[in-house]
Amino acid sequence: MTGLIPHSWLNALGIAPWVWNPLSVSFHAAVEATIVVAVAGIALGYLLARTHFPGRGAIETVFSLPMALPPTVVGYYLLTQLGGPGPIRNAEVDLFGHPLTFTFTGIVVAQIVESFPYCLRFSRAAVAAVDPRFEQVARAMGMSRGRIALLVTLPLARRGLVAGVAMAFGRAIGDFGATSIVAGSVPMATTMPLALYNAVFYGTHGQAMVLALVQVGVALAILLGVSRLGKVRAW
Amino acid sequence: MSALEVAVTRKIGDFELDTSFTVDSGISVLFGPSGAGKSLTLSLIAGLIRPDTGTIVINGVVVTDCARREFVSTQERRVGMVFQDGLLLPHRSVLDNVALAVRQAGGRRARRDIARSWLELVGAEELAGRRPGSLSGGQRQRVALARSLAGEPAIVLMDEPLTALDSAVRREMRSLIRGVITSTGIAAVLVTHDLQEAEELADVVIDYADGRVLGQRTVTHPTRLEGPRESAAGSEEE
Amino acid sequence: MKRDERVKSASVLAVASRPKNKGVVIIAVALMGLGLGYGLAHLMAGYIAYWGVVEGPFWLTLRVAVPATLIAGVAGIAAGYALAKSHFPGRDLLETVGSLPIILPPTVIGYYLLETLSPGTQFGGFLTRVVGHTLVYNVAGCIVAATIAAFPFCMRASRAAIEGVDSSFEQAARTMGLPDWRVALQVTIPLARRGIAAGLTIGCARALGEYGATLMVGGDINGKTRTLSLAILDSFTTPERNTMLLILVLMAVTAMIGVGLLGRSRS
Repeated sequence: MTGLIPHSWLNALGIAPWVWNPLSVSFHAAVEATIVVAVAGIALGYLLARTHFPGRGAIETVFSLPMALPPTVVGYYLLTQLGGPGPIRNAEVDLFGHPLTFTFTGIVVAQIVESFPYCLRFSRAAVAAVDPRFEQVARAMGMSRGRIALLVTLPLARRGLVAGVAMAFGRAIGDFGATSIVAGSVPMATTMPLALYNAVFYGTHGQAMVLALVQVGVALAILLGVSRLGKVRAW
Repeated sequence: MSALEVAVTRKIGDFELDTSFTVDSGISVLFGPSGAGKSLTLSLIAGLIRPDTGTIVINGVVVTDCARREFVSTQERRVGMVFQDGLLLPHRSVLDNVALAVRQAGGRRARRDIARSWLELVGAEELAGRRPGSLSGGQRQRVALARSLAGEPAIVLMDEPLTALDSAVRREMRSLIRGVITSTGIAAVLVTHDLQEAEELADVVIDYADGRVLGQRTVTHPTRLEGPRESAAGSEEE
Repeated sequence: MKRDERVKSASVLAVASRPKNKGVVIIAVALMGLGLGYGLAHLMAGYIAYWGVVEGPFWLTLRVAVPATLIAGVAGIAAGYALAKSHFPGRDLLETVGSLPIILPPTVIGYYLLETLSPGTQFGGFLTRVVGHTLVYNVAGCIVAATIAAFPFCMRASRAAIEGVDSSFEQAARTMGLPDWRVALQVTIPLARRGIAAGLTIGCARALGEYGATLMVGGDINGKTRTLSLAILDSFTTPERNTMLLILVLMAVTAMIGVGLLGRSRS
């Protein structure tokens, strides 16, 4: 598990491995997850806001399910679908050579599932809030739908879109239920929330305190950033 | 051949629009109180909304024909649009905003040059590098006008373009609109509920009330240098 | 297309959106969800035998989620109202702090709950004496954890809904002489009920599914603090987990459908 910052530097700064290891795991998994979520979430959010097809509401509800479902349920289904026999497991073995349960990639998948609804809802709200007359003018100018989306609509919605990606990242890096079930306590690939749980469980209070503080800092920073981006209400 | 022929009906909820008129050239004003269906008419002409029945013909080309189920998309129709609040893209410079509307092929530089010449026409060439957010209302509407013309449309549709401006600026803009329409020869359909504006700008006033056209009247302007019928390249602005 | 679209959705939703119909729809869907959860679990062949095992966690989950949703709901509406109506410096900061549980890891919440509520600590000891019994490793702790999980959604949804209320209604009520608290309770909040209800519904879903914090504060004690979410993991390889899953999923799906229905009418 290599990080962007060499371990030697971190050690030299006095940051212990039991901090930067789970932090690195959580961070890198969340970055990978958020990249996927951002692209898919913004695209789907745009479609939900601007195109009119039957079943639009149903699709939004279905993709928002992870937000309401208990994390243990999500974790259970991920574990059985990714690990147990079935078409998804077969596809994984084809693509990766092994099932994704109890691996770093499994963590990423769990984070994607749990954080997707946030990006989706923020994106849909942000695109829906763009004055449609901008797009009308663009259509009158002869721009194709794709160009309008990329040059007009999405830039106008960018504050809400960024907020949605930030929220998704925060949710991904802070996930516990689904990731811990899918990935368990893999040595060298434990997420921060799980590391905190272990620290409390095994009584290492000093570690617990630091781990908790770091995570509070991350969450606060993300939420403060999102609130600065303005009033885009996803619900 | 007239620039625009409209004969359509459209029902929305309880409101029913039934309108029919012809535009030759120059400025035709749709005049009437709010809610009379004027903006809806513009949306129908632009192809943003489909009518229930009827036809719309722009420059001799049938763009909407309900009976024969013919409908040309907004992108394909050549119309320019100016809204009350300009609606310039805030994340792009003035020049880029106008350049987006230029339909000619030839690469970015060529489009920008063409955009620049349109900005000159409306007297806004020194605003080219600025952002829309830093412009005054009058400046924004100038740029919006340039943008609507840059695609060399068959007609320009203007929905209350001057309503949000203060009276001194409005006077300037009225001259500008008249001058530009006259010199480019592009026909314009302008919506307003301001009687003075209608009288000053229009060659033809089309009176609206409650979704219906009450009548069409030609306006004569003793103060104007010439009527629009003779407009061609090289006519004078006042 | 904007007008077209609005016309279409207006007519389709017109029936479902009428106030008295909406209430019926909500109640029907909620009953359906609970009823389905209970009934299906009962009736499905082969699962009847496991009801004995599932029953305990099922009722426990309800005992936790219902009070949690109520408390979070009331607190959320109050907080949302305060955020919507008053403009004090630090207002946004307060909303940010209140929204923390949305992305803060549940184990962090659980950790701080343990630190503050355990009788071993200063504040926890004090609280235990005041309340009369411990707040950790029992149902009370679970309720606290679930309330915290639900609160941010109730707060944010309430704030948005209340901000969306046309102030002319409130002004009219004031001119009629109603004091502020009555304006709030009899005018503002009823007018904002759709958004508030949506927040309650999703808060309820979160309370039902709370896992990480409940695990730490409650201790996953069989019979006492093992909610459905936790019991699923314990019974992972056994058949009764399917029953539990079914119940949880149906409850949560009901919640989401409720949110979906209610969310529509807001725009």
